[in-house]
Amino acid sequence: MRHQLLVLFALLIWQVPAHAVLEIEITQGVEGALPIAVLDFSSKTTGTLADDPAQVVRSDLYRSGQFQTQEGPALAQRSSAEYQAATQRWKVKQVDYLLTGHIEQQGDDRYRIEFRLFDTLKGEQLLGRSALTTAKGIRLAAHRISNYVYEKLLGTPGAFDTRVAYVTVQGVQKKREYVLQVADADGHNPRTVFTSTQPVMSPAWSPDNKRLAYVSFEGHRASVYIQELASGKREKVSSQKGINGAPAWSPDGRQLALVLSRDGNPEIYILDLASKKLRRLTNHRSIDTEPVWHPSGNSILFTSDRSGAPQIYQKLIRGGKATRISYDGPYNADPDVTDDARRLAMVHRSNGAFRIAVKDLQTGLLTVVTQGRLDESPSLSPNGSMIIYATEDKGRGVLAGVSVDGRVRQILRLTDGEVREPAWSGFTKPSK
Amino acid sequence: MNSRVVLLLLASIAFGLSACTSPQVKDNVPDEAPMTSGTEQQGDGTATYGLNEDGTYAEGFDFVNDPQSPLNDPQSPLAERIIYFDFDSSQIRDEYLDLIAAHGRFVAEHSGLGIRLEGHTDERGTREYNVALGENRSKSVRSLMELQGVAADQLEVVSYGEELPIAFGHDEMAWAKNRRVEIVYEAR
Repeated sequence: MRHQLLVLFALLIWQVPAHAVLEIEITQGVEGALPIAVLDFSSKTTGTLADDPAQVVRSDLYRSGQFQTQEGPALAQRSSAEYQAATQRWKVKQVDYLLTGHIEQQGDDRYRIEFRLFDTLKGEQLLGRSALTTAKGIRLAAHRISNYVYEKLLGTPGAFDTRVAYVTVQGVQKKREYVLQVADADGHNPRTVFTSTQPVMSPAWSPDNKRLAYVSFEGHRASVYIQELASGKREKVSSQKGINGAPAWSPDGRQLALVLSRDGNPEIYILDLASKKLRRLTNHRSIDTEPVWHPSGNSILFTSDRSGAPQIYQKLIRGGKATRISYDGPYNADPDVTDDARRLAMVHRSNGAFRIAVKDLQTGLLTVVTQGRLDESPSLSPNGSMIIYATEDKGRGVLAGVSVDGRVRQILRLTDGEVREPAWSGFTKPSK
Repeated sequence: MNSRVVLLLLASIAFGLSACTSPQVKDNVPDEAPMTSGTEQQGDGTATYGLNEDGTYAEGFDFVNDPQSPLNDPQSPLAERIIYFDFDSSQIRDEYLDLIAAHGRFVAEHSGLGIRLEGHTDERGTREYNVALGENRSKSVRSLMELQGVAADQLEVVSYGEELPIAFGHDEMAWAKNRRVEIVYEAR
């Protein structure tokens, strides 16, 4: 039986930004999650650290739904005798894995952080690493420790050091403010990248995670912008008559698929970002929208109502006929595809409710993985294990996470206002 | 013929309004205001309004912002600016045909004016797909207005999809209010 964990993590932030704090609530975890003890890190530092790396690792692993985490005090010594005694202690408590860590200040803003992962049953060390970082980098280093643990024990790369972009709406009616934000995947460090009194939509990460494409309605018309996150510099890349929407980056980051209605009705175009050359991909009198690139880069998946109702289609970049992909039910839209091209997440309507469904592209099997009434905007984590999506909770727009098999659930709630349209970044490439 | 009647009617409404709401203007207009100039707002809170001899508004009359404009007269049929739609439909209901025609005629007769047709949907369905649906609604209204002889460059179509609801519930009552096209006048 699936058990309800219902634990609330109030994730407080050391530097409170203008807008809101994201709270994460795990509403459902996996039966048979791996038991792991994450001990407090021993430390040799002059001041107190803003982030507790052990706590970061614990909440990462717990939030994934794949681990049952336990706490324990730091070891007094980093000796083999201590490690052996500790693994023995946790083995007796039937905790299969043990993580210990140590952090040491080596300069003004220079810290060495290390961890060891043990299998308590076998009594052996599975993994041990260390890295140098700054005070501000400790959180990120801790997320990467979570990545190591996740990959070692589950065989899939972790995505704890990735980020999520989303749109929040504050205020009501004429005084609404639309805010495009980027936060760590655990909801920490929310940062505003763009605000407007007019709607902001459809954020999309560039493959190198350095830029966001989005739609802004400033000046009472839709335009597609690309904004560089580091500098805040932005460029208007499309502002044609009618719709300018649904930007999607090609896997190589050189092209942007987008939707324009300049030739009459919504069609998918491909914009070459260097030459600014625009090429029309679809040509049908129905609505064609919500493009996403196949990871191979040689085709686009999109929503079209050419059959009379929205369904997912696929079309090769070089042209040819569009192939229908979704056949389950009267409404399937807004696809996202995993990096291994094995699964498709989409919005699926059944019995009047809009839910997130996952289609296995090999077996063709469709599984509805959410239970809301107005679930939308599914975005896959870069490792393909989780989907972040928008839903309503007590009449308010919130973000939620669900594993692709539907077994792990979590809700991310803004302390005020609405939050919507999450977009999960790609893997970050740690500089080694 | 028909349009002239409407214009005269509108002009008289505006003139009548000026007589009862702005006493300062009542004194000034007949004697001092040059008959062909536009609206002038003075710093002392008074304003003068130009009126052509044939009863039409003088050039430069600010239809969008001027309180005397028929567009700002709550009694005028043009005060109605929202057209509602059925679920998943961009078909104009019969009850709105006259309204759309009246706006079409008005903007056709005033080349200094433009209309932005803002299409909206309810919250159901995906966001970019709703942007497409909202545009279809705006375009339905546009085709009917074009029948009144509106120049193509006087009409602009923009779709906000589900991004700008006017009702905030998550039920049919709110949804019905949000499936709409708003007619927004702009000076060109």
